[in-house]
Amino acid sequence: MVARESMMETYALLIAATLNAGTVLALAALGLLINEKAGIVNLGAEGLMLCAAIAGFAAVVHTGNDLLGFAAGMGAGAVLAAVFGLLVIWLGTNQYATGLALSLFGAGFSAFVGIGYVQEKLPPRVPFEVPFLADIPWIGPALFRQHPLVYGAVALAMGLIWFLYRTRTGLVLRSVGESPESAHALGYNVRRIRFAAVVAGGALCGLAGAYVSVIYTPLWVEGMVAGKGWIALALTTFATWRPARVLLGAYLFGGVTMLQFHLQGTGVDVPSQLLTALPYMATIVVLALISRNPAWIRVNMPASLGKPFQPGS
Amino acid sequence: MTDLTKRSIFKTVALSAVAAAAALTLFGCGKKEEAPKAEAPAAKVEPLKVAFAYVGPVGDGGWTFAHDNARKAVEKEFGDKIVTSYVENVKENADAERVFRDMAGQGNKLIFGTTFGYMEPMLKAAADLKDVKLEHATGYKTADNMRTYDSRTYEGAYMAGVIAGKMTKSNTLGVVASVPIPEVVRNINSFTLGAQSVNPKVKTKVVWVNEWFNPPKETEAATALINGGADVLMQNTDSPAVLQTAEKMGKRAFGWDSDMTAYGPKAHLGSAVINWAPYYIKAVGEALEGKWATSQSWWGVKEGAIDMVSVAADVPEDAKKKMEEVKAGLKDGSFSIWKGPILGQDGKEVLAKDAVADDKFLGGIMFYVKGVEGKIPGGK
Repeated sequence: MVARESMMETYALLIAATLNAGTVLALAALGLLINEKAGIVNLGAEGLMLCAAIAGFAAVVHTGNDLLGFAAGMGAGAVLAAVFGLLVIWLGTNQYATGLALSLFGAGFSAFVGIGYVQEKLPPRVPFEVPFLADIPWIGPALFRQHPLVYGAVALAMGLIWFLYRTRTGLVLRSVGESPESAHALGYNVRRIRFAAVVAGGALCGLAGAYVSVIYTPLWVEGMVAGKGWIALALTTFATWRPARVLLGAYLFGGVTMLQFHLQGTGVDVPSQLLTALPYMATIVVLALISRNPAWIRVNMPASLGKPFQPGS
Repeated sequence: MTDLTKRSIFKTVALSAVAAAAALTLFGCGKKEEAPKAEAPAAKVEPLKVAFAYVGPVGDGGWTFAHDNARKAVEKEFGDKIVTSYVENVKENADAERVFRDMAGQGNKLIFGTTFGYMEPMLKAAADLKDVKLEHATGYKTADNMRTYDSRTYEGAYMAGVIAGKMTKSNTLGVVASVPIPEVVRNINSFTLGAQSVNPKVKTKVVWVNEWFNPPKETEAATALINGGADVLMQNTDSPAVLQTAEKMGKRAFGWDSDMTAYGPKAHLGSAVINWAPYYIKAVGEALEGKWATSQSWWGVKEGAIDMVSVAADVPEDAKKKMEEVKAGLKDGSFSIWKGPILGQDGKEVLAKDAVADDKFLGGIMFYVKGVEGKIPGGK
């Protein structure tokens, strides 16, 4: 039946679009998760992603190599995060204020650096396919025609779960986030561990930013990340700092975004402004429901989140 | 690190930052480019200062890019007699009013506000800035010192529709629409009417992003339209993201406001461009000669403000010919796009047979014509 087939096809395309849309958020939110597990909140995610976006875009414009673009994005993210880390960890500045300042700075700086790149175009993007799996009817187009980073995000989530909950280093990281005083008493260099977490998280946010400008919407205009950094921040919190839930939230948000555009296209009689708000509402509701047990939230939230730590104080 | 060390580090950093910022501001790193002031041969007339407020970045490759190209044309035309400047990314809210007042304070006597949302802020500023002439694009409110100008973008949309109707294989067209105002609805309708004139079976799907400029959202909207079956897209948004998405997904699309061929060489069918230069040259000329007066101008193909350019080589000859006929007819006034009979979505006549819509009718269009699917957000 033609109608049924095309509906299945539409759903397959919707799923494919969801995976793509959710990857940016997933990468950024997982990076922020690493930060927050160590007790640091980096509100500068949006500025970080913007700087990484222009860095990645510029790299691909000059070299034509996507991998270099991603590397440049990660580098930019790591550098800015390192500056943030120095301020917040060693000079003890307020994490929230510093993060906001970083966000504003990143937005302006990326716009400034990007002035010369606004009219630039990238070499044509090569569509990716997983060799045999992409040809499976329906599941192929739905799941296996994505850029490698989409699968990378899933692998990252699984890797983080293993790292945080099954390795010694992960345990140390979490303990630094729960009780830096105890970790310090045990002889761990709390500040260096937090710094490493901040830089790693920043690199991931940078990767997300580069993905936006190199793959997702391959052009540069200022502000092009359009709030995804803030959404990623909220996502980490609503998902109670558990990597699997972060992934779920990212895909949920991306999925509902694509769904609402799709619904508009089918002529459904709901105001488009309401549909635009739908992704935000849906993600908040679902994650809040999943995480509604207050005891569960207390257990999962890193106890020292946002609080500075000074050895000897 | 001890508290004392920290404090002294902070003090040094803070003081140097303040010093640097002060130095930068003193050396005038505030607004963007200003054309170099020319030395008047005899110290006769001060050059007229003209300012432009843009809603997006000059590099958007679309709406603002077109305005800035016109600004450059004006500079070329009038040389030493004027000095132009512009401010980008002025938001459509109270910020705009501040910018207009600021521009007036800097000595600008002719100010162009290039988006619909500047209407109220400009009107408020106009009340106080009696010696400044204000020009508002795409609006409908005027004052003694404020007038409106607009371009008949629906003519470009209609011409695009003529091509789209011939190029579509799925008979489904898609429009990535920005904000639900008459101008945009009119463009969607005109696109559909143009397509229906060569292919009566065509349907148009519309997705609203509720913003003028948001490349990631435009990409998502275009993806949704293509996934929903549309194979030729048009946009009423300001960036090339829609064309790029079409290129990526192997469909066709039109450039909008500026020539966007370079952003999607395989997907590009043609660009419905706006040329603001003829109007800007007229406005500045009038201001220089003291002949400026309030009015409402709406220019199209006839006055050289609208064109369909860079039509793709693989568009069939009959489509190109039909489009050229329409263009010629618009140029000499013999062809009217909005001429009855035209049916609304519900099948009832909105324009009787042979009736030609006047500008008032066109300015208030908030309904879809037959063939467009869906409902206008907040409309009929």
